[in-house]
Amino acid sequence: MSKIQTFEESKKKKQREENIRKAISYVVLGLGAISMIAPFLWMLTTSLKEPGMVFESLKTHWWKDWIPTTFIWENYVKAWEVVPFARFYMNSVFIALCTTFGQVFTSAMSGYAFSRLYFPGRTQLFLGYLATMMVPQAVTIIPVFILLRKLGWVDTYKAVILPGMFTAYGTFMLRQFFMSLPRDLEDAAKIDGCNYFGIFWKIILPLSKPALATLTTFTFMGSWMSFMWPLIVLTSKEKLTLPVGLAYFQSLYSTDWTLLMAGSMMVLLPVLLVFIFCQRYFVEGIKLSGIKG
Amino acid sequence: MNNTETLPKAKDGITRQKIKRSKIEMKNASKEAVAAYLFLMPNFLGFLVFTSLPVVFSFLLGFVQWDLLSAPIWVGFENYIQLFKDPYFWKYSWNTLFMMLGIPIGMMGSLLLALAMNQKIKGIVFFRTVYFLPTICSGVAIFVLWRFIYNPDFGLFNMVIGKFGDVVGLPLVGPNWLTDEKWAKPALIIMGIWQTVGGHNMILYLAGLQGIPKDLYEAASIDGANGWQRFWNITWPHLSPTTFFIGVMSLIGGFQSGFDAAYVMTGGGPNGSTTTIMYYIFNNAFQWTNMGYAAAISWVLFAIIFIFTMFYWKSGERSVHYM
Repeated sequence: MSKIQTFEESKKKKQREENIRKAISYVVLGLGAISMIAPFLWMLTTSLKEPGMVFESLKTHWWKDWIPTTFIWENYVKAWEVVPFARFYMNSVFIALCTTFGQVFTSAMSGYAFSRLYFPGRTQLFLGYLATMMVPQAVTIIPVFILLRKLGWVDTYKAVILPGMFTAYGTFMLRQFFMSLPRDLEDAAKIDGCNYFGIFWKIILPLSKPALATLTTFTFMGSWMSFMWPLIVLTSKEKLTLPVGLAYFQSLYSTDWTLLMAGSMMVLLPVLLVFIFCQRYFVEGIKLSGIKG
Repeated sequence: MNNTETLPKAKDGITRQKIKRSKIEMKNASKEAVAAYLFLMPNFLGFLVFTSLPVVFSFLLGFVQWDLLSAPIWVGFENYIQLFKDPYFWKYSWNTLFMMLGIPIGMMGSLLLALAMNQKIKGIVFFRTVYFLPTICSGVAIFVLWRFIYNPDFGLFNMVIGKFGDVVGLPLVGPNWLTDEKWAKPALIIMGIWQTVGGHNMILYLAGLQGIPKDLYEAASIDGANGWQRFWNITWPHLSPTTFFIGVMSLIGGFQSGFDAAYVMTGGGPNGSTTTIMYYIFNNAFQWTNMGYAAAISWVLFAIIFIFTMFYWKSGERSVHYM
């Protein structure tokens, strides 16, 4: 009898413990979520205020003044007119697409060579690739800039695209993934008279979709967000990428907060929408890279 | 995986050399090598032009003085000697290290969030999406937003501090975050934590937590271990490879960071208090065209990263438990 009672008690205790843990988790997550979202909401509401209201808002009221009494959509119109955001968007999309395509394609090819084909000097070359992964970007930006300057490529799209296209990281990541693929299919294809490119194209690539998707996402995001390099090599206004364009916009209207928030909002919104719909893939990609890379 | 895959290959290579090769085999092997070189070619050429040769060239640059207009002058170790005596370099190195304080704090935050999320509670997808938002947003938009948040007179941050003061009954006034030399660095650290706490690291921790076998916790519970003991004796050791991985990556990234945010928010000021090594390299190379000096700094930065990473690696070997 007493044994059953203690068992019941301990079960109850366990249940209680778990409920407490859950409650704490909700509080932690909830408070965190508020602090994550609040800045974005603040950005949205500010972008819809009259310029003068920004200075008034915090002196007297608390929540009330977060929401503007009348929505001033003109801020967006004005930001759109003042800055060629559409142009910046196109530049960013074009540069990110080219970089990503080049990166994924050349990395897949070299990753295939390193993982599946035998050639003299393979190990040494691969070690050479790995060694340069440790070199910080700071070391290469200066000579690459000098090189591009000599070629007369400064202030061109290719000056942004090409240096970002060839990385040891992509090769390394895909090589690791290709290593884990079974060889049977390849052998069968070889017997059927398939050449190396056929094997690469028809067998290796279709089997590697998750890894390719991960590399694609990372490269695209990296290119989309990269700031320093485009800032260095691009000078004319109509070629700027979105981040550099936004920084330039800020330097012109550094205290025009409603306008700045409207501009930033326009920069963020499409990315936010894409992310909310595809967040699963991002998350899976990170897990994959954390295990493999 | 690696070893089992490469071993038969290597053996294959040896037998190839030892046994008298038939002509067909020779032809196949060379055909394979040719194919391999063709596959490698695009990446290798690009890699050579934009990474390998620049590394060599950059090393040589460290020994010259060059403003890109006149011919470069060979100065030997002069750049490095000057760097050693340069008070700004030391100041900016200190800034860089100081701002890296955000790394361990952010990691703790990520772990805490991952622990909270690793339960059967509702709305996980919602929370995960919300926490990931700042990571997904392009940095510059975030920096513009936070410059406004840190505005001393009508920014969100000081408003919250002021209202908190009202509630507690103290006349709290927030500092001039970005224009006060004392507060600019903490301001950037706080923003950095906000930006990254729910991002990659948290997801890696979450994946790590999900890999811990459940029966270990059950066994510990039966033995009467409380929550804290279970965390220290099961969770933390099992997560040590994840912690180590995040630590190494953050360390390497941390030394090279700080440019984007400082460029947009403070311009490296006030009085150089948010200028990091990376920012100093940028200024030397692209504002003042001291190409040689900038290259020398970049090599010192490389050396610093290398030493710290090796050190961390060595200490990690002892503390990481691979289960």
